[in-house]
Amino acid sequence: MAKRIDVSGLSAYYGAHKAIDDISMTVEPRSVTAFIGPSGCGKSTFLRTLNRMHEVTPGGRVEGKVMLDDENLYGTNVDPVAVRRTVGMVFQRPNPFPTMSIFDNVAAGLRLNGKYKKSQLNEIVEKSLKGANLWNEVKDRLNKPGSGLSGGQQQRLCIARAIAVEPDVLLMDEPCSALDPISTLAIEDLIGELKERFTIVIVTHNMQQAARVSDRTAFFNLAAVGQPGKLIELDDTERIFSNPSVQATEDYISGRFG
Amino acid sequence: MSHAIQDRPVATVKRTGSLSSARLPRWSPIAIAAGSIAAGIGIGVAAGWHSKIQWGMIAALLFVLTTYALTTKVEGSRQAKDNVATSLVWVCFVLAVVPLVSLAWVTISKGMEVLDVYFLTHSMNGVLDAEAGGGVYHALLGTIEQVAIATVIAAPIGLLTAVYLVEYGGGKLAQAVTFFVDVMTGIPSIVAGLFILATWNLMLGFGPSGFAGAMALAILMMPVVVRSTEEMLKLVPNELREASLALGIPKWRTILKVVLPTAIGGITTGVMLAVARITGETAPVLLLVFGTKLINPNPFEGAQSSLPLYVYEQYAVGTDAAVSRAWAAALVLIAFVMILNLVARGIARWKAPKTGR
Repeated sequence: MAKRIDVSGLSAYYGAHKAIDDISMTVEPRSVTAFIGPSGCGKSTFLRTLNRMHEVTPGGRVEGKVMLDDENLYGTNVDPVAVRRTVGMVFQRPNPFPTMSIFDNVAAGLRLNGKYKKSQLNEIVEKSLKGANLWNEVKDRLNKPGSGLSGGQQQRLCIARAIAVEPDVLLMDEPCSALDPISTLAIEDLIGELKERFTIVIVTHNMQQAARVSDRTAFFNLAAVGQPGKLIELDDTERIFSNPSVQATEDYISGRFG
Repeated sequence: MSHAIQDRPVATVKRTGSLSSARLPRWSPIAIAAGSIAAGIGIGVAAGWHSKIQWGMIAALLFVLTTYALTTKVEGSRQAKDNVATSLVWVCFVLAVVPLVSLAWVTISKGMEVLDVYFLTHSMNGVLDAEAGGGVYHALLGTIEQVAIATVIAAPIGLLTAVYLVEYGGGKLAQAVTFFVDVMTGIPSIVAGLFILATWNLMLGFGPSGFAGAMALAILMMPVVVRSTEEMLKLVPNELREASLALGIPKWRTILKVVLPTAIGGITTGVMLAVARITGETAPVLLLVFGTKLINPNPFEGAQSSLPLYVYEQYAVGTDAAVSRAWAAALVLIAFVMILNLVARGIARWKAPKTGR
């Protein structure tokens, strides 16, 4: 049940500091949209506004509209908890819950949200782990702690945990930056499979990765340190990497940045 | 693969010698320590000093100086500084351990004189202070009940306060709470006792009871629990909270199911240390629980006794039999606290996040 995201006039603040300024864009369902840009340009902040995680940061505040199909995430009666169930997130560093086993980690989102029968849980956990290409590696040790896995396995465990609650959108904040090339490849393959079912937004510092996995790419930039980040352009990935319409994008992609 | 790189002339740092140099043998610290102690005793005896503390001081000083001198001569000045630092650490360690061991030794050797099953299972009912016999049962029972009630009052309040401060607080209220918790940490126990005496006993008219003492103990325990729990909760990585929130788990469930389980080992240890602290409190118990020779199992009615109070009373009597009882009760008190500590460590180890594969 992938959904379209329609952002209009979105600005985010940390206290008095404006981190991103007036961003409008559309993220297509069942596709991968990559965010690229220099550090501090607000990619991650923008990503976190898409599931209302930005306001978890002390002083975090958002202006503007984010439409998920036809519902405004920042509408007056919207429950942030419900938003986060619909828009899942995978973080930069793998963060499995240290007190829980592999099984419990995957089941955490379900179990902590409502009641499920053991057989249902078994089924969903197996499906999610298979979906994250981790099932074969962990099926014999589901009761061992999740923190005993390797970094790449932990990150796939986190992806399994995120897709277990069947979100409509999956946000990924540099999911491969702490991983080796082989684990990265595993996760990139996984992203390719997951986009059949979910709308995926991925922040990455690796432009090859953006070119490999994404259908559309957005380039963010900031005028100077301390200035808010802005969306420079969003286009098909092929076009961004071959013939971008803005000079700054071309400079950044070809390494003539700054 | 890279002959070009290997063949390239590399600028090297000029070294004055080889990598190995003269070293003192591995047993030298022990030899120096033994020599220093012997010399310390020798000098002490020769000078006619009787204080063993003086002998020890001389030995410690000799140990540090000899280490420095020998290492300078054999290994050079950098290693000498290194060794002096190491030997200072050892001297400090010994200085810290000697009183601890001697305290434990004196308590055990004097306490074992009268400590037996009879002592643990009988009260002082009908025993004259000056004569031998009697036991500590009523005091042990009182201590267990009072400490249990104080923990039941203070641990949940302290825990929830810490959760508020770490997870929800941030404004003026949280600052004020932190400030008052800090102030409470410094409250002398007698003041907490007087506070309960003034409100509970004098204003509301209740008589002395284990419960009154437990309330004063709870006041002393609460800030310790808040402080230690707060530190433990702060150690829980923010990423875990975010991971849980991003799964659409409400904040209260995140705290209950992710944050607290992750920190439970440390929180348990903190609570147990607070328990250990209040177990030894005498002043509020003296004021509020009053002390008795009889077994009173009801903490809500009538005077009780407690171990520290019992020790104080028996020591105040001053006869040989009473002082022996005081030592034995002190030993029981230490053992009680130590068992609590071991239990706490056990729980902490059992509950700590597992990292095995």
